[in-house]
Amino acid sequence: MTAPGRSGLVFREALLFESSRPGRAGVPIGDVDVPGVDPARELGADAVREDVPDFPELGELDVVRHFTRLSQWNYGIDSGFFPLGSCTMKYNPKVNEVVARLPGLAAVHPLAEEADVQGLLALACELEAALAEISGLDRVTLQPAAGAQGEFVGVRMIQAYHRARGDTARNKVIIPDTAHGTNPASAALNGLEVVELRSGGDGVVHPDALARLADSQTAALMLTNPNTLGLFESHVEKLAEVIHAAGGLVYLDGANMNALLGVAKPGHMGVDVMHFNLHKTFSTPHGGGGPGSGPVAVRNALAPFLPTPVIRREGDRYRLDDEFPHSIGRVHAWYGNAGIWLRALAYIRTLGAAGLAEVTSRAALNANYILESLRDVYDAPHARRVMHECVLTDRRQNEHGVTTADIAKRLMDYGYHPPTIYFPLVVAGALMIEPTECESQETLDGFIETMRTIAREAETEPALVTGAPSRPIVRRLDEVRAARKPRLRWTRSD
Amino acid sequence: MSYVPHTPEEVRAMLARIGVASLEELFADVPASLRTRAELKLPPALDERALLRFFGAHAAENANVQTASSFLGGGAYHHFIPAAVDALASRGEFMTAYTPYQAEISQGTLQMIFEFQTLVCQLTGLEVANASLYDGASAVAEAALMAARLSRRTRIGVSAGLHPHWRAVLATYGEGIGIELVTLPLDAAGRTQTGALPDECAALVVQSPNFFGCIEDLAGAAKTAHAKGALAIAATAEALSLALLRSPGELGCDIACGEAQSFGLPLSFGGPYAGFLAAREKHVRQLPGRLIGESVDANGERAFVMTLTTREQHIRREKATSNICTNQGLCALRVTLWLALVGRRGIRRLAEQNVALAAYARRAFAKAGLRLPYSAPVFNEQTVEVPGLQARLARCRAQGVLAGVPLGRFAPEHANHLLVCTTEMTTRAQIDALVRELVA
Repeated sequence: MTAPGRSGLVFREALLFESSRPGRAGVPIGDVDVPGVDPARELGADAVREDVPDFPELGELDVVRHFTRLSQWNYGIDSGFFPLGSCTMKYNPKVNEVVARLPGLAAVHPLAEEADVQGLLALACELEAALAEISGLDRVTLQPAAGAQGEFVGVRMIQAYHRARGDTARNKVIIPDTAHGTNPASAALNGLEVVELRSGGDGVVHPDALARLADSQTAALMLTNPNTLGLFESHVEKLAEVIHAAGGLVYLDGANMNALLGVAKPGHMGVDVMHFNLHKTFSTPHGGGGPGSGPVAVRNALAPFLPTPVIRREGDRYRLDDEFPHSIGRVHAWYGNAGIWLRALAYIRTLGAAGLAEVTSRAALNANYILESLRDVYDAPHARRVMHECVLTDRRQNEHGVTTADIAKRLMDYGYHPPTIYFPLVVAGALMIEPTECESQETLDGFIETMRTIAREAETEPALVTGAPSRPIVRRLDEVRAARKPRLRWTRSD
Repeated sequence: MSYVPHTPEEVRAMLARIGVASLEELFADVPASLRTRAELKLPPALDERALLRFFGAHAAENANVQTASSFLGGGAYHHFIPAAVDALASRGEFMTAYTPYQAEISQGTLQMIFEFQTLVCQLTGLEVANASLYDGASAVAEAALMAARLSRRTRIGVSAGLHPHWRAVLATYGEGIGIELVTLPLDAAGRTQTGALPDECAALVVQSPNFFGCIEDLAGAAKTAHAKGALAIAATAEALSLALLRSPGELGCDIACGEAQSFGLPLSFGGPYAGFLAAREKHVRQLPGRLIGESVDANGERAFVMTLTTREQHIRREKATSNICTNQGLCALRVTLWLALVGRRGIRRLAEQNVALAAYARRAFAKAGLRLPYSAPVFNEQTVEVPGLQARLARCRAQGVLAGVPLGRFAPEHANHLLVCTTEMTTRAQIDALVRELVA
């Protein structure tokens, strides 16, 4: 037997299946008060399985320790600074967890009668109104379960809008080269062709470049603003004019809304449709990659195409309406991820207008502070000021054989989560840093000092950086081996 | 109250480092014409005390299954959740982590999802699975799109027993790429007439137990599908049934998909839930979403990592298998916790209890003279014909009983049909009271 201790308070831990012991009981499950039945007789012998082979058998304490130990191998916002660009890893307030767990919200069935869910529908309406106000658009649906599903919905609504006008030839979506990968994938899922728009040397998109691509086949421009370089698309009004003149609509990827709260409204920029990522801007937990929530806001002209159902307010009563003929249909089994959008509403109600404006101003303060404190040692692709995030590169460190991936791994040794790396694709060796508003000057100073130390190490002792990380529970992973002969589950023969 | 830590002195010092005089100057790139001058029109900020009062008041306006006697099912189920699920899922290291792009500091999430993938494979009898689907509805939609890619066909045969909302989502997803849905009706017993599957289908989609509660003949469905060159997709809304019923994989299905909400996720008015999708290994390259694989680190130690990412949007953009970016991590964690805590014998026991309660209710309905329109066996929910249903439902509500799902909401021909779900949370006294109210 190997002792479980490894270093500090981090433990080894086998897979659930390896720790399982035949006959060990889990959480106690008492009897129900109806007579037992023989399932084979009740359902037919053919219908019933013998067992679930190799299913885990562990005691409650075994399971508690297992997951406690696994959690200690993870880095979360609660652990430390998490400057993952474009992901807005801000503090997830604990009170929002308490709100989401209130039995009057968490133990409500989605098929309960409307009269039995008036409180939830009222809260949904309140959040829709807040998002409409923040976006400067007219109508909101909370149904999409994630940002990517919001994109799918938004683009589908744009198609439905064109089609309803008899404008059936619009089968192309123009997407800048700085966009998130979900944008082209969501367009393709709608059967649309993607036309890539190259951003200018100054990092933003230019109206003349757009004008060369926009035509009678253009369904939409999908824009991210600020873009993934952290730059405000300063020609956005003109871009919208160009698209609208060509008969297309403007879709905004709202991933970077943390830069715009109380500063500018997408609706004023000529945006017709947008999605929010509540797990980014409005602080709902990322949870290891999900669940998200991706509400979509639209102008009134697109309201007839909203997914079913929509919530309607009639006097002081609310109802779910799925009887409208031009809707694109349903995208979620119920009305979106209520447990998530409730947390977002709790955040908005906690901050209010002044708090949200403060979020954006401090997010920009932190991002520019990092940029100005590091641009003498790391190359920045643009000389401009940024909004909520900044991009640096490994160009200078490359001279010593050190890459962005190495810098990221070395940051782990110093106790930081790395930035987003190699994105946006238009910047070679990008390190995309989004500090968020939640971090103090001393936290940023610690990170800046560490980044400067790593830059020095790259020059003087590059092996320290290229061999990193050495402190986390595992060293660098063999990703090639994982992909060449995929092992995607545990089996007994292992 | 915006959770920002900066003191006024720090703001001044930071602005000086940046070289600007004010916070406002940071937004110089935003054209003046776009700059919002007025404050957002939002209700006033609330502190924790006021926030909990506000939400508490709205929560009190909803009927919840902890205090009411609930027979609601139809795709979302009230099950037992051990206290340890909440305790462990609340750990900040899980809750506030992100997609495990950086494997070295994400081994907790990665190993957990690898365990989730394994558990789903064990329950479904298939070989690969993942934790990326938003819910059962998008899982069935993505399964159908996957089958369309694999077969290069666009027609999908869909059982009339598929959850109507899932079917609606499948239709929305399929429309963009020209998927045509053909409905296969149910027979008198309440099972899909799979023989009606047309030629040239990419897949046959059958839900079991189906929306009306009936357990389907998945082996027959798989045989029919394969005879016509189509893939067999088994959908499951009540994942607990997988613990007791022969698995889709064993019965010959190619893809199993559905909703894992029954395993530790609160009802939460419909989300967040956990979709699952499992398939044969030979089809893995067409699977949508994130996959976790086993590998080794530089020291040769076992470790886990996201793999086969070249299927995904962040690499392949418009050529990806899906636009999914989510890894339903926190929901997958709750499912994995629930399954581990309940374990091999516990899950079987719970499944058998559900069958016993449904059998008790079935006999009680029959004894009370209520007609059961379908004769096929059921797992934990069943359709009951209740003359004068609307009035009966109103009486039940007045007694604090959420009597079930009136199926007339979905189709007029089911006007007097009530879908009644009984789980291990249901008591004999509740069933007896329900029957009394429905026939009194």
